[in-house]
Amino acid sequence: MFADWPLLSLVIWTPILGGLIVLTMGDRMPEASRRVGLAFAVLTFLVSIPLFTQFDRGTHEMQFVEMIPWISTFNIHYHLGVDGISMPLILLTTFTTVLVVIAAWEAIQYRVSQYLAAFLVMEGLMIGVFSALDAVLFYVFFEAMLIPMFLVIGIWGGPNRIYATLKFFLYTFLGSVFLLIGLIYLYTQSGSFAILDFHHLPLGMTAQTLIFLGMLLAFGVKIPMFPVHTWLPDAHVEAPTGGSVILAAIMLKIGGYGFLRFSLPIAPDAAMALDWLMVTLSLIAVVYIGLVALMQQDMKKLIAYSSIAHMGFVTLGFFIVFMIFNNTGSWQGAALGISGGMVQMISHGLISAAMFLCVGVLYDRMHSRRIADYGGVANTMPWFAAFFVLFAMANTGLPGTSGFVGEFMVILAAFRADFWIALLAATTLILAAAYTLWLVKRVVYGEVANDNVAKLTDVNRREFWVLGVLAFAVLLLGVWPAPLLDVLDATVDNLVRHIAVSKL
Amino acid sequence: MTFEIPDFIPVIPELFLLGMGCFILVADLFIPQARRDITYGLAQFSLLGALLLTLWLAAPEVRITMSGTFVADPMSDLLKSVVLLISAVVFLYARPYLMSRDLYQGEFYVLGLFGVLGMMVMISANSLLTLYLGLELLSLCLYAMVAFNRDSTQAAESAMKYFVLGSIASGVLLYGMSMLYGITGTLDIAGVTAGILTASGEFNMALVFALAFVVVALAFKLGAVPFHMWLPDVYHGAPTPVTLFIGTAPKIAALAIIMRLLVDGLGPLHADWQGMLLILAVLSLAVGNVVAIAQTNIKRMFAYSTISHVGFVLLAVMAGTTEGNAAALFYVIAYALMAAGGFGMVLYLSRQGFEADNIQDFRGLNERSPWFAFIMLLLMASMAGLPPTLGFYAKLAVLQAVVQVDFVWIAVFAVLMSVIGAFYYLRIIKFMYFDKPEDRTELSRGMDFNVVLSVNGLLMLGLGIFPGILMSLTAAVR
Repeated sequence: MFADWPLLSLVIWTPILGGLIVLTMGDRMPEASRRVGLAFAVLTFLVSIPLFTQFDRGTHEMQFVEMIPWISTFNIHYHLGVDGISMPLILLTTFTTVLVVIAAWEAIQYRVSQYLAAFLVMEGLMIGVFSALDAVLFYVFFEAMLIPMFLVIGIWGGPNRIYATLKFFLYTFLGSVFLLIGLIYLYTQSGSFAILDFHHLPLGMTAQTLIFLGMLLAFGVKIPMFPVHTWLPDAHVEAPTGGSVILAAIMLKIGGYGFLRFSLPIAPDAAMALDWLMVTLSLIAVVYIGLVALMQQDMKKLIAYSSIAHMGFVTLGFFIVFMIFNNTGSWQGAALGISGGMVQMISHGLISAAMFLCVGVLYDRMHSRRIADYGGVANTMPWFAAFFVLFAMANTGLPGTSGFVGEFMVILAAFRADFWIALLAATTLILAAAYTLWLVKRVVYGEVANDNVAKLTDVNRREFWVLGVLAFAVLLLGVWPAPLLDVLDATVDNLVRHIAVSKL
Repeated sequence: MTFEIPDFIPVIPELFLLGMGCFILVADLFIPQARRDITYGLAQFSLLGALLLTLWLAAPEVRITMSGTFVADPMSDLLKSVVLLISAVVFLYARPYLMSRDLYQGEFYVLGLFGVLGMMVMISANSLLTLYLGLELLSLCLYAMVAFNRDSTQAAESAMKYFVLGSIASGVLLYGMSMLYGITGTLDIAGVTAGILTASGEFNMALVFALAFVVVALAFKLGAVPFHMWLPDVYHGAPTPVTLFIGTAPKIAALAIIMRLLVDGLGPLHADWQGMLLILAVLSLAVGNVVAIAQTNIKRMFAYSTISHVGFVLLAVMAGTTEGNAAALFYVIAYALMAAGGFGMVLYLSRQGFEADNIQDFRGLNERSPWFAFIMLLLMASMAGLPPTLGFYAKLAVLQAVVQVDFVWIAVFAVLMSVIGAFYYLRIIKFMYFDKPEDRTELSRGMDFNVVLSVNGLLMLGLGIFPGILMSLTAAVR
């Protein structure tokens, strides 16, 4: 029944419209703003469900395509469509936003309507990023979402928020302008801004290398990769809970998505030539950032570093494909790395969202993120402790949770490439276990550390449902990842075949 | 000797504006101070009347009249319409400021109208002489307007600087033109082009000299580095409504004479002026963006930001392609709209005895007036070139033209500079949204002011979501 609806446009514009409506409600009716905001978030999620159910798993072609001329002077189109890579990310976005809106119910009291409007508008823009098939349209969404995030961190953030938000903005902006030049160059070569046309455009090695490096700056900052990751801990620590959740669950994924949609298919030869660089940076992220995470005193900072380490796994999975080619010459082995990276992105989206929400629950009660201020929380908040431990286990990649699936696939792929890479990658299992479980030990277990902890109350019904839904999703994806893998299969397979062919 | 009566039809908007200007000049003498609104109304009527006449007479073909000294073509129709529209907006923004400072006098409007007439003549110039006449008419009006607040020593100093430097630039331009005349034997711009083509070889050195003088003068009028020194002082010293006037429509007129004189007239010398413009553009981008960071006065900050925008415009012209010219026109129109809104916001915040020209004065605007904080947010995002605002597409068009002629590294430099530029626009957003207000005076302007300023700001978003409208207009006229 939804076949002829412009579903993608609906998913993009419903939350933006909702955001504008909430914005006009102003500050006089905070309760009503929350309800309207939630209604729009839920509506968007419902509208996005047919994208999953009606999705044709047998093809790598773009689906739900919409195409209208937009700026005829430059042959730019309002061109939307999704494939197996982008569709799960859209669902992740609509799902997470609902949780973020609910999580803000009591935590945000200042300028509620602006807060909710920022998140709803941002939701629409992020979905736009995942569904845009025109490079300018992509770039517009990609940049436009910086403004609401800039405001979210700056207005509702912590004490050092202005430094953090400016750093966030300028880092991302700096990276993305190189992407813009790359896209314009591709346009002058191909005469069109259609991303799919770029995929089939033959390019020389110099051009490919420069374009690849430009895109690496854009997406490497976004995901973020070592050594351009330093904005993330700052932004995470200062952002309000909702901001951290969206940042970790979705915005980082846009970097990974960019690699799959732009870097690999547009400049496969450069990616092949530079894969040593990408793999090295990924491994540094996994090992070194893992060690850094171990030393953090601030819960949010710890989770932020853990995000960087996990994202290192994603880029490892994406860029190890060329080594697998060289070693085995097989398609399937290479596809495993990319699929693993994708599963890891979705899984990390859920887990990091859950972890940040857990920290938010504690922060709302104690107004502190310092690990040292906690201890023995399990005694006063048993339900919370159960959730927190579950998510921590998922973060370490415990089998049965979603964290396991992606990491396992990537490590398996890494073994086909090189034993030593696999070995280094596998250290994440130890490091993640070390920093996450140590965090759990210090915060949740032990004696009740102080009077403040003794006065804590357990999660209320609203928080229970938010965390419960996430826990369900994490476990479901852990024991039954097949629906996600089915969606990915055809697209990833096609991507691997595409990048195996030289463009020179 | 026969005297041929020229075709007056294409000149009707200019004649109308001239007539109205003279009429207001006289009529204003008989209007008491309490009824000054009549002068204001007449001035707005003249601008809007001229706008309607321009639109009504707009035609797709090139019309040359007045013995070949005046040209009306689609480009002039478009630019004149925008100049008239923006000037009307400027007059509207200026009114509350002038009223609250005893500056609400007919002279402001008369000078403004003659300045607009000068711009229209510049836009339609088809001979070196017309071009110079238009430029001088505009400049003289602007010198007087800068000194309009005669009790302000700062304004007087600015006006003096502007006058002396501006006169030197005019002299330089005249000198360059005289050399062109000497080489080609004609003042007609098309004739100059033809003359250059036939004379080349013989007068190469003289041509390059003439070119250098012309480029220097034009760079001065636009405010490109290293001929930018006057700009921050004039912007800062002039009363804000005058800064608003100087910072918007005259930029469009200045680009028009660059199009007429450099791109069309001296087109055969493109290889020679391309390098000159490239240097000017690169320096303007660097100096404008970097120095703007250090400013605490918002008018000075806008002055340096203007310099950096001029850098972008010159980059587009430098490309020398149809796309480049269209991009330059698009950019300058977008810039004029942004600048009008930006200064409009400064005027919105100012009141009697309070200029609101410090960046800090924007502190906590989101608490005082969420709506106008949002409008300023859009304007700043547009100036920084963030999508989905108009400024992004202006930069996109310019970058596309630059990459197309294989100046990829220049494009990279330009975007790097705009990242630096983004910082000081973000700083204003930071003051508005992240800080608490110190000053909680009620902000209220007239209904007309609020509506026009809102439309001005929303236009950044509206034209950002549908940039094709303006883009195809500018592409069609080049």
